[in-house]
Formats: sequence, C-alpha cells, structure tokens
Amino acid sequence: MSSFGKNLVRGIVRSNPTFVLLLGLCPTLAVSTSLDNAIGMTAAFVFVLLASNILISLVHNYVPDKVRIPVFIVIIATLVSIVDLMMQGFVPALSKSLGIYIPLIVVNCIILGRAEAFASKNGVLDSIADALGIGMGFGVAILLISFIRQLLGTGKLDLFGHHLFTIPGFSENPVSILMLPMGAFLVIGMLLALFKWMGVTKNE
Amino acid sequence: MNNLFVIFFSMALVNNMILAKFLGLCPFFGVSKKTKSAVSMGLAVLLVMLVASAVTWPIYYYILVPYGVEVMKTVIFILVIASLVQIIEMAIKRTNLTLYNALGIYLPLITTNCAVLGITFINVDQTYTFLESVFAAAGAGSGFLLVLLIMSGIRERLELSDTPIAFKGTPIAFITAMLLGLSFLAFQGMV
Repeated sequence: MSSFGKNLVRGIVRSNPTFVLLLGLCPTLAVSTSLDNAIGMTAAFVFVLLASNILISLVHNYVPDKVRIPVFIVIIATLVSIVDLMMQGFVPALSKSLGIYIPLIVVNCIILGRAEAFASKNGVLDSIADALGIGMGFGVAILLISFIRQLLGTGKLDLFGHHLFTIPGFSENPVSILMLPMGAFLVIGMLLALFKWMGVTKNE
Repeated sequence: MNNLFVIFFSMALVNNMILAKFLGLCPFFGVSKKTKSAVSMGLAVLLVMLVASAVTWPIYYYILVPYGVEVMKTVIFILVIASLVQIIEMAIKRTNLTLYNALGIYLPLITTNCAVLGITFINVDQTYTFLESVFAAAGAGSGFLLVLLIMSGIRERLELSDTPIAFKGTPIAFITAMLLGLSFLAFQGMV
C-alpha cells in the first residue's frame, strides 16, 4: 500500500484517537448527545485538523525548533477562530448548541499532537492523509457514541429536524441516563471494554 | 459576598469541570492512577486556572472590548495560558525536581488542558466581574482537584480488585467516572 493509503488507514483503526489513544475526549463526550451535534463537531474538527496539518507541514522548515509549539498554537487558534465565526454566521443553531466546545478545539490534544508528531516531520501529502485518517477516526468514534446515546437515550433517531425512526414501545421509557453527562462515560466505557473483548484493541 | 460563594460552590460541585462539563479529561484519566501525582496535577491546574483567570479578565475588558476585537479572544487567551504554563514549569523545575519528574509529560500538557482555557471562556460567557472570575476559577480548580483526588483513590483500590479482563484499565475507569458523576448529581439542588 502506498504511504498515503497507509497513513490514511492508520488513523481510523490502529491509532484511532478516541478509542486507542484516548485523546481529545472532551468534545467527544460533551457534544455526543445527538447526531446533529456530532456531525457539526466532526466537520469543524476535520477542517481545523486538515488545515493545520497542511499549514504546519508547509512552514515547519522555516520555524526555529524552540518556538515551534507557540507557532503551532497560533496557527491552530487562528483556524479555530475562523471556524467559530463561520459556524456562528451560517449555522447559528448548531453553533449555539456546541457552545464553548468549538473554541475549545484549540486545546484538543489530537490536533496539537498531530502537528507535533506528524506534520512537523513530514511532507504535505502525507500530512493530508494523516489528517484525513485521524479526522475520520475521530468522526467514527463520536458518531458511534452519539448514535448509541440518542437511540437508547430518547428511543428515536432524528437528523437535522428529520425524523428517521422510533423504537416502538421504547420511546416512552427510554434510558434517559444516557442523555445525562454520565451517560457518555458509560457508553465509552462499555465500548472500550467491548473492543478489548473482541481483540480489536490490545491490552496496554 | 454571598454571590461569590454561590459561584464558588456551583463551579466546584454542581457544574464540576470534569463530571458535568467534560473539560480536562486527558489529565483526569492520565494522572489519576496514583494519589500523589493526582494531587500535584490538581494543584498545578488550580494554580494555572487562578492566574489565567486573573490575567485574561483585564486583557479582555481593557484591551479586546474597547478595540472591538473580541473575536481574537481564542488566540490571545491560549497564548497567555501557554506562556503562564511555561513560567510555572520553569519555576517547578528549579524548586522541586521530584515533582517535576512526577508530572512528566503532563505539565506542558496543561497548556492543552481544556479546563484551563474553558474557565476563561466561561468567565467571559457569564460576564463575570473580576472578583467573580477569580472565585469561579478557584471553584473550578478545587472541584477539579477534588474529583481527581477521589478518582485516584478509587483507582488505586481498583488495581487490587478482580475486574473482568475486558474492563481492566481504562474501561473500568470510565465506568467509575460515571458512578462518580451520578453521586455528584446529588449536589444539583444545592445552589
């Protein structure tokens, strides 16, 4: 497999940021109450990660080693401000429900981690593959968690105002604890145990 | 005065950074294996939060607001916090090398600790006054320290207990966090 494909696939499975590396959990758990939020968060996250990986892989040769972290942070913070303003302008409802978790993408360990560990050492093309792979890994994780939480927590599935389906007899008495903050911990704990039991992830 | 204590306790217990707002989860799961490092991490976060809130408040209200560039707050706040963490890191390295070694890679990671940046955003969102911001930061930091301490105590015991193989390590830590969060729900009616 080419290095582009290898870098792409690695982020989704073997070093999935959420389930394997346990990084960037804050937004994953906080906004995973509905699929809408999860999709909005993924879009914002992938944009920032992709743009920051591209920019950093382009400039890393010109940045002195000692000040690289502040430079990376400024680049990421600028990108996050752009996303924040765009979301406020074009999708105000989504921006409101994601709240401070959009500006907080700036301190997401995954993005700075990829900048430091990958983009600052590799070329543009590999960095794009890496960003897409890690971004998809993040997206898969947050969508899976929000799918489970919304389905079992409310007993029905809605997507951007469209009603998809209802579990008969279940929506009257849903597992409403899953919609509370604690529900996120429960779901991710169960998923991690499941992956370990299936042998997808190894014991550390 | 009364108001300040309401803010303090609601930040510490009701709107706990970790259990209710999901901020600062990386250090929460990363350094909660040993009580000793949990306490040092918690104290470091509390300190950085206090200083960061006290510094970002005047910057926001005396520089960003008069010039109408509130949109720059993400960039400015993260830079202020990054430099503060750098200074604190140097200070700890000079004064206490054991503590420095214990915190290891997590000290520079305070920069990317969402709880610290989160509290500065919350202060702005809630339009707190200077004193309220500092009390909110103190509450949030203490709540963080408290939960980290409880969690590390539980995890030290968990190491010895017979958990199912699939749940060993992080999965059981998440389940524990859920139970901890449930018990913190009881504080909801307090404020």
